[in-house]
Amino acid sequence: MTAQGIFQVLASGLLMGLIYALIAVGLSLIFGLMDVVNFAHGEMLMLAMYAAFGLWAISGIDPVLLMPLVVAAMAIFGALVYLGIVRYAMRAKSNAGMVQIFATFGLAVLIQGLAQFLFSPDYRSINGSFLAGKTVNLLGVFLPAPQVFGGVVSLAAFAGLWLLMTRTDFGKALEATREDQGAVALVGIDRNKIFALGWALGAGLVGLAGAVMAIFYYVHPQVGSGFALVAYVTVALGGFGSVFGALAAGLIVGLVEAATTLVLPSAMKSMGVYVLYLGVVFFRPSGLFGRL
Amino acid sequence: MSLTSFLASPPSRFAARHRRQLHLAVPVVAALAALPFALHDVYLLNVLILTLLYAAMAQSWNILGGYCGQISLGHALYFGIGAYATTLLWVNHGITPWGGMVVGAALSAVTALAVGRLCFRLKGHYFSIATIVIAEIGLLIVHNAEFTGGALGVQWPIAGDGWWSLQFGRAKAPYVWVALGLFAATWLVTWVIEDSPWGYWWRAVKDDVQAAESLGVEVFASKMSAAAVSAAFTAVGGGFYAAYVAYIDPESVMTFRFSLLFALPAVLGGIGTLWGPLVGALVLVPLTEITRSYMGGSGSGLDLVIYGGLIMVVALARPEGLLSLLPRRSR
Repeated sequence: MTAQGIFQVLASGLLMGLIYALIAVGLSLIFGLMDVVNFAHGEMLMLAMYAAFGLWAISGIDPVLLMPLVVAAMAIFGALVYLGIVRYAMRAKSNAGMVQIFATFGLAVLIQGLAQFLFSPDYRSINGSFLAGKTVNLLGVFLPAPQVFGGVVSLAAFAGLWLLMTRTDFGKALEATREDQGAVALVGIDRNKIFALGWALGAGLVGLAGAVMAIFYYVHPQVGSGFALVAYVTVALGGFGSVFGALAAGLIVGLVEAATTLVLPSAMKSMGVYVLYLGVVFFRPSGLFGRL
Repeated sequence: MSLTSFLASPPSRFAARHRRQLHLAVPVVAALAALPFALHDVYLLNVLILTLLYAAMAQSWNILGGYCGQISLGHALYFGIGAYATTLLWVNHGITPWGGMVVGAALSAVTALAVGRLCFRLKGHYFSIATIVIAEIGLLIVHNAEFTGGALGVQWPIAGDGWWSLQFGRAKAPYVWVALGLFAATWLVTWVIEDSPWGYWWRAVKDDVQAAESLGVEVFASKMSAAAVSAAFTAVGGGFYAAYVAYIDPESVMTFRFSLLFALPAVLGGIGTLWGPLVGALVLVPLTEITRSYMGGSGSGLDLVIYGGLIMVVALARPEGLLSLLPRRSR
């Protein structure tokens, strides 16, 4: 393969990495806030993709313009999942860890079944975006426009997240809650409200990822499972709870995945990521940027 | 059992209660063994076989996850190793599935020790995610290797029926007994361990690693031994399943979903208890199979809605598991 071709592969790997980071950051955020791993994260991604597809199919409006709607819908959904399910799972006095795993796993199975029931197992795709079929020429490397757009959206989301965490009261309350859940109650922060807003934020971010991905990826009821697995690895690699660990890890995962396809058949593309992950946690048991 | 209630009850009372569990197990197993004489419906017998298999798998998972507190979400790997070892030895070399199960169990135990060597230093979710990742590596290899038949899987050739080949044509009763035997074996091992020094060490590791360590418990050895026993039995289940369905592919024995499904009956029934896995499987598997055949036939997904909803409701309503509905004395 020529140097040009290798650049091409690695550049698309980096772009995919930005998307992976955007998928993973909501998971990491929720974990950092309340120590809960959401096993329905992939299904939330799938729901967001269906929302984007459905809104496009009904309205005919370009999916790029529909993104805010999808994000808002997912944020509401996230808050409802917290208020209706996770809140009760956290109250469990014994083996709370397993209760959280299976409450969210049950939700995942339920959402998947519901999607299959309502939308059928068919593969669907949006073919009406103005981005579709276009390529962007970046220093001689040609990249598909929807993916470039996705990468830009992801970077913008991380920049926004950084502003939110450092410049707003909500961000400070979030940070404080994650430092010490008991103490924030003493200074008059409603923990429950922060948690619900945290879920809204986390689900909104995965909603953004889904809205972007729906432009260039097939939508079907099982689409979330594979991406969820990548998201878990990304979050653990970056360090549970670390927002910018998720960004760095997402980029690494995308890059390593692309690099793996240069030496192994593409069906084995995740192998490099898995091996890298095990290598990293062997030396750094709490991920690259995790705190223990 | 918490430390305080342990101290409150003199050892003899515990020993008596422990012995009583065995007196309860004998009639339960006998009744299950007699079921095929009363039940001739092939569909119901199939449900019974799967129930017993899942009970055995959950009991195996429970040894590591419930008693020793190491939440593995990668047990599909060991199930797959057992299924593939049994299948390949039988199909390629004519070695009886019984031998294959033993080989699979040994391979799995060794794999579990290697996994443990790498992962037991990880804490909490990091450990669980690492077990998922290792199982996924196994799945990728099986999916892409030639000797495993790749994505197409391996079909068991038609062979003479009998206990040697573990093929019984249309007869289901022998499979019920083998599955029951496997469950009984996992139950008995758990029962023996419960009252052995290992059992105390494992539970100490689960409850408080630091306290256990300071009291001289061999933490790492405890985790490793629990992992090896747990993995070996899971592999035997994989071998049995391969013989039962006579066809395996990566999707049907090794995907992440199975890792969760093996843990699920134990969690729903009562994690870290003797009877939890069986109780969980008795509720879960028939319900899954019945909703699947009455509502999922067209791939409509309604069966998944009910199944997922049920998991959620039980997990939220009974965090200690269904077994906790019984009065404390009879547990």
